Amino acid sequence: MRYDIIVVGAGPGGSSAALHAARNGAEVLLLEKRQEIGSPIRCAEGVGKKGLAGCGIKPDPKWIASEMKGAKLHSPSDVVVELSGELAGNEVGYVLERKIFDRELAMTAAEAGAEILMKTMATDLILDEGYAKLKVLTGGDKMELEADLIIAADGVESKTARWAGIDTTLKPSDVESCVQYLMAGVECEPDYTHFYIGPSYSPGGYIWVFPKGCSKANVGIGVQGSKIPRNEGGFVKNLLDKFIEKHPALSKGKKLEIIAGGVPVSGPKYETVVDNLMVVGDAARHADPATGGGIINAIRGGRLAGEVGAQAVKERDFSRTFLSRYEKAWKEDFGKSLERNLIIKNALTKLEDSDFNDLADSLSGYRFEELGLLGLIDAIQEKHPELLDALIGE
Amino acid sequence: MMRAKSDVKKCLWCGGCVSVCPTSAITLYERIIDVDDNCNGCGICLRFCPVGAMLEA
Ligand SMILES: Cc1cc2nc3c(=O)[nH]c(=O)nc-3n(C[C@H](O)[C@H](O)[C@H](O)COP(=O)(O)OP(=O)(O)OC[C@H]3O[C@@H](n4cnc5c(N)ncnc54)[C@H](O)[C@@H]3O)c2cc1C
Ligand code: SF4
Ligand code: SF4
Repeated sequence: MRYDIIVVGAGPGGSSAALHAARNGAEVLLLEKRQEIGSPIRCAEGVGKKGLAGCGIKPDPKWIASEMKGAKLHSPSDVVVELSGELAGNEVGYVLERKIFDRELAMTAAEAGAEILMKTMATDLILDEGYAKLKVLTGGDKMELEADLIIAADGVESKTARWAGIDTTLKPSDVESCVQYLMAGVECEPDYTHFYIGPSYSPGGYIWVFPKGCSKANVGIGVQGSKIPRNEGGFVKNLLDKFIEKHPALSKGKKLEIIAGGVPVSGPKYETVVDNLMVVGDAARHADPATGGGIINAIRGGRLAGEVGAQAVKERDFSRTFLSRYEKAWKEDFGKSLERNLIIKNALTKLEDSDFNDLADSLSGYRFEELGLLGLIDAIQEKHPELLDALIGE
Repeated sequence: MMRAKSDVKKCLWCGGCVSVCPTSAITLYERIIDVDDNCNGCGICLRFCPVGAMLEA
């Protein structure tokens, strides 16, 4: 069977790519290896309001679990810095029900004309004849599909990009190892996200508590891969379990679900186009290196790839040169913020517990809306000047 | 030489190990982690796995 475009993976990146390619006239097939879209989730489900609006998606009560007023950052000595309004809303404005959100996104792609094949896994790709031959397993049967263009949206575990010769292997320092519980019966403010930051909470990462309604929350941890000790199987999960035990507001709750995951925090250092193929979302390592958030960039990048893909179909040009319009477009859209947040991540992962305590001490009591970046730097300069050196680096 | 294998009783099929394997030896089939002959025993996936599901075979 032959299509204009085959999209591998029906996460937010793949569904968005399929939607915009189909909407612009291409014949699109969207493949997903799992039996159910979006499940099990691999996500804390936090998303910014502006980010969502920028994707052209209207908030829908069907997939919004709760709306946030602000975020609280906890230092190791538990000094709390509150971010409210706009500033926090940019990072986490809603906590989603991703199982429903992801399914709705796939549905919009289907409504725009994309075909969807579930329980169908890409297993190999041959690109050397001017078009793509994609080997798949569908319900256990082997099949070969053809397309002019492949969009690799197969997430952190992407093999499609590797088959195309882009080695996306993540170094341990470029990936966060994560575990999360969905907990019920916990005590938490329903409209604040909480972040616990500092190596004693999590080396090179953080612990999060994202409320979903009054007594439920996603409670999770991400640890930088290079900071996990060798020969200590389950280190990341153990660290989270200990944290929960120490916090009675959480430990009285019940664990309803456990999920794990890897979040790419390498920043955008890999190629995202070759002849007949584009890479989007986590597969392209488009998640934010500082926060680990990747939903919005997957959707935005997916849209850009879908649009360029549909253009390529109209002009019958699937060369790398043509497709590099996609690479240029995502760089203009969110490339700069990825580069900047990579610098922030690299600075933060060097800090000790005491640095985070000093940082929190410098910042607590300020109203961030009024502070701005320069004001923030002044605040640190005033109370803990040595920290600025550590942050900005040698 | 060591070869990795996943413990089905612990694995949560997150695919994280696939992303760090330098030899592309790991494949996630929905709910099966397969490690093929390309495994060179480097141990990176054992260290990465958040729940300790990657073991020495
Ligand atoms: C613990 C954790 C917490 C997170 N928290 C947040 C958060 O709060 N906010 C946020 O914005 N981001 C968060 N993220 C990141 C976010 O989940 C990802 O960035 C986002 O899902 C990326 O979307 P995607 O479409 O690129 O990939 P995915 O959502 O991973 O989708 C890829 C899809 O491809 C399928 N697939 C893979 N290989 C094949 C194949 N060979 N054939 C067919 N199908 C295949 C997979 O089954 C999957 O459905 C978190 C991640 C983790 C692990
Ligand atoms: S990293 Fe661990 S839990 Fe995740 S798929 Fe690999 S073996 Fe399973
Ligand atoms: S031990 Fe190394 S080569 Fe073998 S599966 Fe794990 S990461 Fe891959």
